[in-house]
Amino acid sequence: MIGLKKGIAYLLALAVLAAMLAGCGNAESSQEGEFKAGENGVVKVYNWGDYIDEEVIDLFEKETGIEVVYDLFENNEEMYPIIEAGGRVYDAVCPSDYMIERMIRNGLLQTINMDNVPNIEYIGQTHMQGARSFDPDNAYAVPYTFGTVGIMYNTTMVGEDEVKTWDVLWEEKYSQSLVMYESVRDSLVPALKLLGYSLNTTDRGELEEATELLVKQKPLVYSYVMDQIKDLMINGEVALGLAYSGEVLAIQEQNPDIAFCVPDEGSNYYMDAWVIPANAENKENAEAWINFLCRPEIAKMNFEYITYSTPNEGAVALLDEAYLENEDVFPEDEVIGRCEVFQYLGEEMDQYYADLWKRVKAAR
Amino acid sequence: MGRKSFALPYIIWMVGFTVIPLAMIVFYGLTDRTGAFTLSNVAQIMTAEHAQALWLSVGLSVVSTLICLLLAYPLAMILKGISHSQNSLVVFIFILPMWMNSLLRTMAWQTILSNQGVLNAVLGFFGLPAVRIINTAGAIVFGMVYDFLPFMVLPIYNVLIKIGQDKVDAARDLGANGMQTFFRVIFPMSMPGVVSGITMVFVPSMTTFVISNLLGGGKVLLIGNVIEQAFTSGSNWRLGSGLSLVLMVFIFISMAVLAKYDPEGSNVI
Repeated sequence: MIGLKKGIAYLLALAVLAAMLAGCGNAESSQEGEFKAGENGVVKVYNWGDYIDEEVIDLFEKETGIEVVYDLFENNEEMYPIIEAGGRVYDAVCPSDYMIERMIRNGLLQTINMDNVPNIEYIGQTHMQGARSFDPDNAYAVPYTFGTVGIMYNTTMVGEDEVKTWDVLWEEKYSQSLVMYESVRDSLVPALKLLGYSLNTTDRGELEEATELLVKQKPLVYSYVMDQIKDLMINGEVALGLAYSGEVLAIQEQNPDIAFCVPDEGSNYYMDAWVIPANAENKENAEAWINFLCRPEIAKMNFEYITYSTPNEGAVALLDEAYLENEDVFPEDEVIGRCEVFQYLGEEMDQYYADLWKRVKAAR
Repeated sequence: MGRKSFALPYIIWMVGFTVIPLAMIVFYGLTDRTGAFTLSNVAQIMTAEHAQALWLSVGLSVVSTLICLLLAYPLAMILKGISHSQNSLVVFIFILPMWMNSLLRTMAWQTILSNQGVLNAVLGFFGLPAVRIINTAGAIVFGMVYDFLPFMVLPIYNVLIKIGQDKVDAARDLGANGMQTFFRVIFPMSMPGVVSGITMVFVPSMTTFVISNLLGGGKVLLIGNVIEQAFTSGSNWRLGSGLSLVLMVFIFISMAVLAKYDPEGSNVI
């Protein structure tokens, strides 16, 4: 029986240790809260990797006395189950358009008290309008970044006229010299737009046709990648590829031959926005955080760091001319006009899209 | 009885990190969204894309295992032949790369094999035509061989080193020539090492998704990739678990073979 008792003792010791660790965490945060701010003093932020100028976090903490607990996710699909399960609780999250729609639909978000976010007035009306496609009353989300999907190309290898149409991604002469995204909805954009269909189609016939196009394209594709497109474009391994406009500026800094174009057939216009989960514990702090990010000087800092276009007109007014002349970063309204925002299509369609993608990936 | 409590950390470890995760995979793999029992997740292996990915994985794994065996056996023989002070250095150099993260080493190959990469630059320097290896099944086999070769060499070497010179001398004394000595004495006695080497290369090759992503450019779909995507972007854990169960059958088969030839597991490093 000694063994059993000892075993229990070990378990108890473990439990005590765990409790102490957990307790420490709490004690620490609440102490600092008292020290710095009158209220709870924490805001738990969940954001994309490399999606903020970290100095902004320090500035916010100093100014408000609210401690920022900052966690990262890699993509929307990874973030969703964590918020849904509620195992980790966050106060402010920054998902993309279609995912926000899914979260609203499934009751995972709460409305933001815009009285606490007066800086929202700096967000351009075009973008508040754009946000209505996933948040009809502009009640849940505050736009943070936006961009378009288009063709990134190396001007020493591809002509400017060629990229006016998505057809260029099916050109035999660019065999093994073009890249596509490892993401079904992004990679379907060129195919669906060439066929003249909506990016949010749920018609299986239309999707089959688009998938066939991607299967036909596969032998020409160098690789299906996400972040690696940067390296491949910069060192000239590939000539062109599907890309988010937000990547362009960072790539141009290292290789000035790179340009970007949204083909005439239209494309996807995406937006990432701040939302507050329904189970948030520090709602007002989250609103203070979001308001802070909407302040023009702060939005400018973030833009210069992450280079994804900012919908914040106050920040745009502070930017250098050179940025503003760059149409890749700040597309004209006409370009956005021919772009569609992704919508959430439901779980069954998600599954269907995943199956289609598998068919493309398995094709030889 | 007090001694048994020393085992407690290991029991907690095994239960927490092996038994419970396995049980969860079995649970997810055999239930549907409502939690009712179903075999449909497992049966998904029959769909064209999944079956193709599975057989492609088997094919590439067999090829890379054979290549590893052909490369590793002579190397192990050489290591056995050279003097003790030297061979520990050679073994050391051989396993040195294993101290680096295999992900990084695989990414290095990406740079070496790419169209504008080091390999083609060297070929170009000598006026030879460029080769296109990156993002093909060949590049994946290459990556598997590179990553897993030490797992083949070491078990074989461990067995060979234990075969005493007296056995070889006896064979030669009884009239066997070099070939006969090798095929009728040394090779059969090294079988446990060969089998554990095969298992230790075949199993990780079967399940890899990193190598095929990095060196296959996402263009070659292996069963590991299907499962990985089911768990990540596909957010379909039940499908991923169901297919994992199928994959486990292959792993159990190789482990059963291993147990038959090397019952003590003495040669598994």
